[in-house]
Amino acid sequence: MVSATRNKHVVGAHYGLADWLAQRFTAGVMIVYTLYALAILLWHGGLDHAAWKALFASQFFRVATFLFVLALIYHAWIGMRNITMDYVKPLAIRLPLQGAIIAALVAYAGWTIGILWGGGR
Amino acid sequence: MAATQRPADRPRPVYLDLFAIRKPVPAIVSILHRASGALLFVVGIPALLWGLQASLASPESYASFRAVMAHPLAKLVALALAWAYLHHLFAGLRHLAQDMHIGIDLAPARRSAAAVFAAALLLTLVVAIRLW
Repeated sequence: MVSATRNKHVVGAHYGLADWLAQRFTAGVMIVYTLYALAILLWHGGLDHAAWKALFASQFFRVATFLFVLALIYHAWIGMRNITMDYVKPLAIRLPLQGAIIAALVAYAGWTIGILWGGGR
Repeated sequence: MAATQRPADRPRPVYLDLFAIRKPVPAIVSILHRASGALLFVVGIPALLWGLQASLASPESYASFRAVMAHPLAKLVALALAWAYLHHLFAGLRHLAQDMHIGIDLAPARRSAAAVFAAALLLTLVVAIRLW
């Protein structure tokens, strides 16, 4: 216990303020998109496939959606890392777990690009 | 001041049975903020992307997406995710207000926590009515 204050351990984020700020900024992006998308849905009173498809044919809406997903991914990373730092103490488990979380989030980003710009395939 | 003379290495008695400690509303809102966030990561993001993909790919996949979402179990999952999103959103807005030193005294903090709880549940009810 005494050595814990003297030796440095490879734990923790060490850039708390930047993360605190990023968590709030990404939340703001998601709030704006959520209200925007909700307004569109309520305005149309539900969308059939053609109208839904037409909405996503707009480059602006695609970029806005991509921005939302990127904000979501960064937001989720900060949150999930905090959770692993709080509850998963052994580094041998925590680091692979964090690696898996990063891998999943990067894969989600790729998947999103495929959905938005991949022509549906 | 006897407590300050206690040797640092002598373990202090710790009682942290989380299921026995009575938690105030802000504590419950706080842990649900975290739990809802975890749920949104584990289930929410893949479900969102799957839904987006299925609903956009083709009229046929859109139809099968609607068919899947008509199942009561799928509706239940969607409802749970809707609650998680709403609770997480409102709890986050409460944090943003508190960051700006709004409502950080004990009484307003308890009231806003209760409001987060109620607003999320109420809007989840609206989603439930819309789903069924």
